[in-house]
Amino acid sequence: MTTKLTLDGDTRIIVTRHFVAAPDLVFRAHTEAALIRRWMIGPDGWSMPICDCDPRPGGSFRFGWWDGKDARFHATGEYLEVAPQRIVHVERMFLPDPTPDNHVDTRFAPDGHGTHMTLTMTLPTAEARDAVLASGMPDGLENSYARLETILAKV
Amino acid sequence: MPQLDSAFAALSDPTRRAILVRLATGEATVQDLARPFSISQPAISRHLKVLEEAGLIETRINGTARPRRLKPDTVEALWDWLGQYRTLWEARYARLDDVLADLQEPATHPEDHQ
Repeated sequence: MTTKLTLDGDTRIIVTRHFVAAPDLVFRAHTEAALIRRWMIGPDGWSMPICDCDPRPGGSFRFGWWDGKDARFHATGEYLEVAPQRIVHVERMFLPDPTPDNHVDTRFAPDGHGTHMTLTMTLPTAEARDAVLASGMPDGLENSYARLETILAKV
Repeated sequence: MPQLDSAFAALSDPTRRAILVRLATGEATVQDLARPFSISQPAISRHLKVLEEAGLIETRINGTARPRRLKPDTVEALWDWLGQYRTLWEARYARLDDVLADLQEPATHPEDHQ
């Protein structure tokens, strides 16, 4: 299965993925804390010691990640819409300062016997979108920026 | 990070992405690049200016010709940046595949269910 990443305009990131499970199961894996903490973790070695969520419109969540040593960060968010085939929420990471709100629209569409998931993130600015992309760097946001600046300085 | 911002902005346009794909096969002049697109040469030139300012392409001066070519280092840096973010999600979703498999066949993995 391949995860597809698309940039749309200056401020959106779209992630698509097929799952070999019906939409109701994929929805459960996105809304039950005991299931979320088993997969929504970072690179190897990271875990999710904080995973609290109240998945209903107006409900909030708090996720915290830890690398097992000295690196940790957390995110908070609020659910705007929670339906079997769609979750809309806003979230921000604390690194430790809060990042701009990320508006996330996740849809689970039936696709054969499985599910086609489309996750659309909308950030307020292009800079905030790039910061979200940087968060995928396993060595942390600051190190990643420093590393990329080194690369760009050479070009 | 103005250069990264402008590089992502440059990549957000389908015509500019198509131009980069064309340049990945080798350098080309504005005329070469305009041919497959149903837009004018000045419009292509504007796209090329955006790509050049973003550090994605450069102009080679060859007599009176001005062929454009990719700047491989910037393209590689961007690819690295996006690739790692995609890898993060792919790692998560590979784990989610396992969680979903367990949900469908709970008897197979009793140790995962408290």
